[in-house]
Amino acid sequence: MTQTAAGLLEMRGISIAFPGVQALGGADFTAAAGRAHALIGANGAGKSTLMKVLAGAYGHYTGSIRIDGREAKIRTPRDAKAHGIQVVYQEVDTALVPNLSVGENIMMEKLVHEMKGRHRVRWGDIHRAAQAVLGRLEVSIPTRKLVQELSLAEKQMVLIARAMTTACRFLILDEPTAPLSQAETERLFRLVRLLKSQGTGIIFISHRLPELYEICEDITIMRDGRVVARGEIKDMTQQQIVEHMLGSKWEGQFPRRTNTPGEVMFEAKDIRDGDKVKGASLFIRAGEIVGLAGLVGAGKTELCRALFGASGQVAGELKLGGRRLAVASPHDAVRSGLALVPEERRREGVFVEETVTANLTVATLPQYTRLGAWLSAARERLAAGGMIARLGVKTPDGSARVANLSGGNQQKIAIGKWLLADAEVYIFDEPTKGVDVGAKRDIYELVAGLAARGKCVLYASSEVPEIMGLTDRVYVMYDGRIVRELETDRTSEDEIMLYSTGGTGS
Amino acid sequence: MKTTDTGAALKGFRLFDWLYKYGTLLTIVLLIVIFWASTDHFFSNTNLINILRSISIVTIIATGLTVSLAVGGFDLSVGSTASVACAVVISMFVWHGQPLGVGIAAALMACLVVGLVNALLVTRFNIQDMLMTLATMFVFQGLALTYSRGATISENMILPSGDFATGKIPQSFSLLGRVPWIIIIMLIVVLAVHLFLNYTKYGRYMYMIGGNPEAAKLSGIPVNRYRLLAYVISALLAGLGGIVLGARVGSAEVNAGAPYLMEAVAAAFIGFSVLGSGKPNALGTFAGAVLIGVLSNGLIMLSVPYYAMDIVKGGVLAAALAITYFRGRH
Repeated sequence: MTQTAAGLLEMRGISIAFPGVQALGGADFTAAAGRAHALIGANGAGKSTLMKVLAGAYGHYTGSIRIDGREAKIRTPRDAKAHGIQVVYQEVDTALVPNLSVGENIMMEKLVHEMKGRHRVRWGDIHRAAQAVLGRLEVSIPTRKLVQELSLAEKQMVLIARAMTTACRFLILDEPTAPLSQAETERLFRLVRLLKSQGTGIIFISHRLPELYEICEDITIMRDGRVVARGEIKDMTQQQIVEHMLGSKWEGQFPRRTNTPGEVMFEAKDIRDGDKVKGASLFIRAGEIVGLAGLVGAGKTELCRALFGASGQVAGELKLGGRRLAVASPHDAVRSGLALVPEERRREGVFVEETVTANLTVATLPQYTRLGAWLSAARERLAAGGMIARLGVKTPDGSARVANLSGGNQQKIAIGKWLLADAEVYIFDEPTKGVDVGAKRDIYELVAGLAARGKCVLYASSEVPEIMGLTDRVYVMYDGRIVRELETDRTSEDEIMLYSTGGTGS
Repeated sequence: MKTTDTGAALKGFRLFDWLYKYGTLLTIVLLIVIFWASTDHFFSNTNLINILRSISIVTIIATGLTVSLAVGGFDLSVGSTASVACAVVISMFVWHGQPLGVGIAAALMACLVVGLVNALLVTRFNIQDMLMTLATMFVFQGLALTYSRGATISENMILPSGDFATGKIPQSFSLLGRVPWIIIIMLIVVLAVHLFLNYTKYGRYMYMIGGNPEAAKLSGIPVNRYRLLAYVISALLAGLGGIVLGARVGSAEVNAGAPYLMEAVAAAFIGFSVLGSGKPNALGTFAGAVLIGVLSNGLIMLSVPYYAMDIVKGGVLAAALAITYFRGRH
């Protein structure tokens, strides 16, 4: 692994602090051209921060970066690009202009930086050049199509293509596979292998361990702003990686369930929402965790939102404890005893500019008022403080802004506000997406705890192992319909996968 | 070398944090010191009261605007709404000889309708608040003009029938436009909105909606109901501003409220950063209005010619905004 400095990217003793947080404390990182390097760690471990330093997003770090053995001064995104470092962030939409064509988006760097002295855009050249890049990457997307018409996976490809229009030596992929389906992931991996063979160094951030073995040669594991292990990935087992990430022995990922479900509490009949949900019926017993399995795009999120009234008035019928519910808005849903932990945490789950306390109490605010509407700060703090302790949220106190917390802690807060609300039916939509292993286990515990208290839980996830480990019963969705109902004990990952992909059992 | 790098970076970081929090107040203090040093009477009691009186109408209108900003909206029609209220209240006295209570109630009712129209258009049609209220700004301005038949409404005006208007503006109404009442009304409005936004659940909901409407909706907050409430409050306070304006001037001039729009917007936006709140807030808006008031007053005292005043005023406003928003760029 250690050769000469040529083709080597080295970061030494990188430290950076933000108000109240020491995000990185002397982290070292090395990546090599032509290889894929897995960067893994629990949320808040500092991997995104480390990569942002490399990409020039922060100017105020200490430590040194060397490329080919020579000092590289990277303080701005422009510096990073000049050194051939490109990033494809998880939120692809922030980097693309939706109402411009694929060609313009790919050639954006050239259009912006290499138009000196020229004033006329040659459309033919743009599209030809973009087409050439896409051809080199063996990706087929029409260059005249508008970016807003592309799928998420295609948008990623466009961003990777854009990176390739410059002299890109190291490409950072920040959790690229999180939102992708199986087929899309394979397509991405084909592209990554191609880039490696062309000599690009890939830095690959992901929470999905199995895929790292498939695509990466080297691995660096971070914890609490430091690098705790590095080496070739084939020398490490998944078990070891998880142990390094958590820093403690890893015991049974899923909590042991002891309670047995009671009577049917919650029923939904023939829920319909346009062509996203085409007539779904389900029921949940008291104390039961029901899985909602299916691939990305199968309509799980849409069904969850429809049940919660978030898609406006949708066709269908809801019953809770035999009583019919009129749910035309989330406001109605909450009053009827429903709670939804939505999929897009930052966009739908939390208020990043607000404090932890304000986030936790938002769904139950009337509980902390005096004389009708006056808020009692003391009562709010008390409730939020208790919830912070119960959830194990890593925050200095309740007055910290949620924006400064890691993804896993933000998710705990998105869940915590509903624990305070004490609803009857809890709907979770991919609650562990982009969450580290440690926080995942906490979330599983919370879900199991709700069921133990006799609550109904609907747990939507495209991670089959999660469904297998946590639920009593599973509904499998495919193309907007519930195609199968399975007892978790009597099914297998393979069977769920089969129905998720539209297969039919014998 | 590296340590000095971060040292400087860290210091820069803190300096801008500090400026963000205290920039507006610092600017006010600096202006006061400058004007105090260069004029004779700036720091007299009468002049300070003068300043407060001069900003009271802007502050009342801007405080309403602040509420619409809190829910992530933007009520550009506040100036026109003030014109409507001013025209209605004065006409009630002059044309219809109504008593004080009826006149004020009629003006506020008109503003309630204005607020509801704004709110319904904004919440139902999914058009950006600023664009929608830009449109209604023209509509309500036109309505106020049509209602007053394009003329100033004042005592003893000539009616279309050729007679003189006989109605009188009640003495008690004129009091509203004088010290101390005009200042007291302003302070009550600022304090009430401050308490409402920061210490009631309604205010909290409004800030939540302004911060992330989707998350607010999914937390069970009836988002559109609170946006409606915000626009109604905005219109009612704009209306109150218009009423006080009528009381102060003693007549309803053509488009009387229009000039207050831009100063109100400036005051509210300067107010975002006061004491580091980072969001629209009533006390900040008041500070913003004070800044503008001190500036206008000082410039008059310095005998800056009226035609050059806007240059200085705009320049200082730009500087104040630059200090407050500079941090956003890093």
